Amino acid sequence: MKKNLLHDPFLITVLGITLLLLIFNPRIGEKSLALSWNNLPSIIFMLTPIFIFMGLLDVWVPKETMIRIMGEHSKGRGALIALLLGAITAVPLYGLLPMTGMLLKKGCKLSNILIFLCSSSSLRIPLFLFEVSSLGWQFTLIQFLTSLIAVLVIALLVEKILTEKERTDIYNRAQ
Amino acid sequence: MIFPVIMYVLAILLLIISFTKDAPKTILALKKALNIFVGLLPQFIAILLLVGMILAFLNPKTIEAIIGSQSGLPGLILSALTGSFTIMPVLIAFPIAVELLKNGAGLMQMAVFISTLTTVGFMTIPLEAKYLGMKVALFRNCVFFIFSFISAWIIGMILS
Repeated sequence: MKKNLLHDPFLITVLGITLLLLIFNPRIGEKSLALSWNNLPSIIFMLTPIFIFMGLLDVWVPKETMIRIMGEHSKGRGALIALLLGAITAVPLYGLLPMTGMLLKKGCKLSNILIFLCSSSSLRIPLFLFEVSSLGWQFTLIQFLTSLIAVLVIALLVEKILTEKERTDIYNRAQ
Repeated sequence: MIFPVIMYVLAILLLIISFTKDAPKTILALKKALNIFVGLLPQFIAILLLVGMILAFLNPKTIEAIIGSQSGLPGLILSALTGSFTIMPVLIAFPIAVELLKNGAGLMQMAVFISTLTTVGFMTIPLEAKYLGMKVALFRNCVFFIFSFISAWIIGMILS
């Protein structure tokens, strides 16, 4: 695990910047560390059940089942299932991304994975009442409809912008 | 707070069902969950540190100056960038939005801030690219970035 931590170029870069900040502007440096530390519990709290779902999904749902439901030949029904599943969950983006790896591994169609990823972060039906009470129903409705269009645009175009090789690369990396 | 609680209840329920059906398989599932967590740890620590850094530079006064209703198009763009670079649970973002609106923030700026906050993640692009490739990650973020402006524009036209 230690090896894992020290081999990530992204983390090393960020740690470097943090160190420079602490040396040259300790006030901002300490403040940024404190803010990161404060954010940690809420992120772990949000992620724990997602990791449990992923573990259970991996051992209980065979690849064949997933391919049948949301795979390459699942057509409109697969897309609709992905959209509904996404809309009735409201998971932040950073929690959904690890989930995409699992869905790729199980053979879901790329556009369906993106539908799920995008609708869960933007349509967020469980938060409707909260959003309406904070920002009004017109605001909520307009955001919902434009997000829905954005999800459809992404779903329709994503398979077209990729070459065959890029597509297989994505699936191979998830294995 | 209701939604995370539902997720926990569901996760615990599924674990119990799974355990009564097949205990070794459930333990394997938990091991896999832990492995996924450990594998992602470096990326998450990096993201957390970066977001903390950005928030440290942006104090509430700066944010208010950025998202004020008088800030116009530059304010709109700055709000979108602030939303794209930060990570904040919506449950915290909505009350902040209400507070800022009371203190003179613009509705369009707020709309663009909330949509980019939830759908665009510049900080998580490296993580996203790890799974979906850089091309898809950039494409997805760009489409949502553009649509957050369209949404704000419609909200501005209809509501103000």
